[in-house]
Amino acid sequence: MGLNRKDLLTIAALSADEIHLILTTAESLKEVGGRDIKKVPALRGKTVVNLFFEPSTRTRTSFELAAKRLSADVINFSPSTSSIVKGETLIDTARNIESMQADIIVLRHSSPGAADNLAGAVRSSVINAGDGWHEHPTQALLDLFTLKEKKGYIEGLTVVIVGDIAHSRVARSNILALTKLGAHVRVVAPPTMLPLLIEKLGVTVYYRFEEALIGADAIIMLRLQRERLGQALLPSIREYANLYCLTPERLQLAKPEAIVMHPGPMNRGVEISPSVADSAAAVILDQVSNGVSVRMALMYLLSGSA
Amino acid sequence: MKRTKETMTPESIVIRGGTVIDPGRFNGLADVLVQNGRVVEIGMPLLASLPEGPALRTIDATGLIVSPGFVDLHCHLREPGFEYKETIQSGAASAIAGGFTSICCMPNTQPVNDNESITDFILTKAKEAGTARVFPIGAITKKSEGEELADIGELIGAGCIAISDDGRPVMNSLVMRRAMEYAKAFGVPVVDHCEDLHLSCGGSMNEGIVSTQLGIPGIPHASEEVMVARNLSLAHLTGVHVHLAHLSTARSVELVRLAKKQGLPVSAEVCPHHFSVTEEAVRGYNSNAKMNPPLRTDPDVQALKDGLRDGTIDVIATDHAPHAIQEKQLEFDAAPFGIVGFETALPLTLRLVEEGVLSLEQALDKLAKSPANLFHLPAGSLDVGEAADVVIFDPKEEWVIDPDRFRSKSRNTPFGGWKVKGRVKQTIVGGRLVYEDR
Repeated sequence: MGLNRKDLLTIAALSADEIHLILTTAESLKEVGGRDIKKVPALRGKTVVNLFFEPSTRTRTSFELAAKRLSADVINFSPSTSSIVKGETLIDTARNIESMQADIIVLRHSSPGAADNLAGAVRSSVINAGDGWHEHPTQALLDLFTLKEKKGYIEGLTVVIVGDIAHSRVARSNILALTKLGAHVRVVAPPTMLPLLIEKLGVTVYYRFEEALIGADAIIMLRLQRERLGQALLPSIREYANLYCLTPERLQLAKPEAIVMHPGPMNRGVEISPSVADSAAAVILDQVSNGVSVRMALMYLLSGSA
Repeated sequence: MKRTKETMTPESIVIRGGTVIDPGRFNGLADVLVQNGRVVEIGMPLLASLPEGPALRTIDATGLIVSPGFVDLHCHLREPGFEYKETIQSGAASAIAGGFTSICCMPNTQPVNDNESITDFILTKAKEAGTARVFPIGAITKKSEGEELADIGELIGAGCIAISDDGRPVMNSLVMRRAMEYAKAFGVPVVDHCEDLHLSCGGSMNEGIVSTQLGIPGIPHASEEVMVARNLSLAHLTGVHVHLAHLSTARSVELVRLAKKQGLPVSAEVCPHHFSVTEEAVRGYNSNAKMNPPLRTDPDVQALKDGLRDGTIDVIATDHAPHAIQEKQLEFDAAPFGIVGFETALPLTLRLVEEGVLSLEQALDKLAKSPANLFHLPAGSLDVGEAADVVIFDPKEEWVIDPDRFRSKSRNTPFGGWKVKGRVKQTIVGGRLVYEDR
């Protein structure tokens, strides 16, 4: 059974069954990363283009590694300027790339909906690697994978997402993915960082970190973007850290076996204290290695070779 | 301050057998005789002796509505500066295809219409086009930068009929106060696009559940409402007529309703798109559903309809805002705001008639008579002796909106493919047949 779709644009469009299929496929592909020869021929002769309009090292590298482990040819294309500046539209850029017979285009773009627009304009499969504040579906899938790996199941877990929910594609995708699989999602942030009507997405809203942590099975910390300071969202980094940094003391409020996740890159001492980041509860590096397996699974399932 | 219309090529036209609706004046079956650019007689039968042969054009209006030509208080003709989107010629052609015979164009051209020479240029181009009557709206501040007042007296002298910094609204309330006080001397309305640019903060759609789901920066209802409230206070302070452009929220309507009860000199307009679709139209990142103010929610749509029904909202205006295809193909947040408005306004307004929100006569009042009266334009009436600006439309004809057939240079509309009712058959400006549906 494969994924019966051309593109992976959002978690919103996926069914729970499709998410399970991706996770199960990723489990069986994870073993490849442990081999001496870390390669399978599944995507031999296929071309994957990483089209990144925003700077990214870890996501791009993870996709590149995933494609290479499936034996695909990989091109990295990172236009330094946006299409608006250049006068070429995203669609034109992508059609150029498609003309080079790309089978899969992995897109990272600062505009919400960029992946949707692109997918409608090209025949290649499109994987959304982050579009503005909208979605980052592969991050959510690797978070689910890690959660399932550590906890054995997802349904019924209480997961707390902490930080700038309003401006976070990671938060949006995770909220959708976790609630689809039956987890209880709590979001906690200063109200300036919560988007309007967020509770309609099926989450419970908290403002006080300590209250949100009680009984938590997992905590997802979001990176604090320092440029938000200029937008009257926060008084200071110092005050944010005082109220929302995950410290060992705060972590005590969660369940004893609770795990800590972070999509990276971390601001140590801002949203997460170094002793938590380096503790046994932190599964942040597992997330990174699982990211490769999940992206392999996706490309494999989208390529139709499943 | 009524202005006289220039007389265009005279032609005798008799419009036979239509239902003539001249809002507040006449509503019934009648023939209309137009001669030398003016309405000469409305009656059944006509008493005047008609010319014979080719000197007389006969229009069979059986089953059709004969109305004063529509008057649009809010459009963007893009010339000078953005001729790739629209020219005065193409914009006027689009207007008459939608039944609009008088249109007021906003000053956000390049350069901005903040001085006599731009106003002259616009009027010259409009005269060359020779179709719809074009009434320029002058800028409030130089370059619409919101700082120094434009030469408002000069603009009015050159033919501007109102002032506005539409598109770049005046944020400084003191500057707005002074502009309103200064406008008092000329008796022209001050038009404001109500938006607190700090609150809208680069947003691209209504702030609500859809923006939260799509990850699109939102424009809150409050960004409009705080400026509506400001303008109402300034109208109270100065006693000057303020006209609130394209209201989009329920609370804006409520504020205006209260202000009217208190007798403040305020009028308000609404655009067809704001009462026809909601923020849901943005799903799929449809840049043709990107406008400013943004499409709002169901309760807002309901409130706009209530406002039209009870007279809180005086006018239906199009905010005709053409943009080139390549601009609307940009990513949603990068694409410009606005849609082509002239050619879809009538059928969208007739939906309100079908729903029972307005009677047909009330709808034509909002499209023709009321806007003309508010801006003191020589239009909006079929009274004998008035210049003959007439639209003849079939209220029942069904058609499918096809942007490729727009007369406008641009194609941006969220209504493409909509099956609608109500089609303009003929448009007459100054007694001359300038548009005929074929």
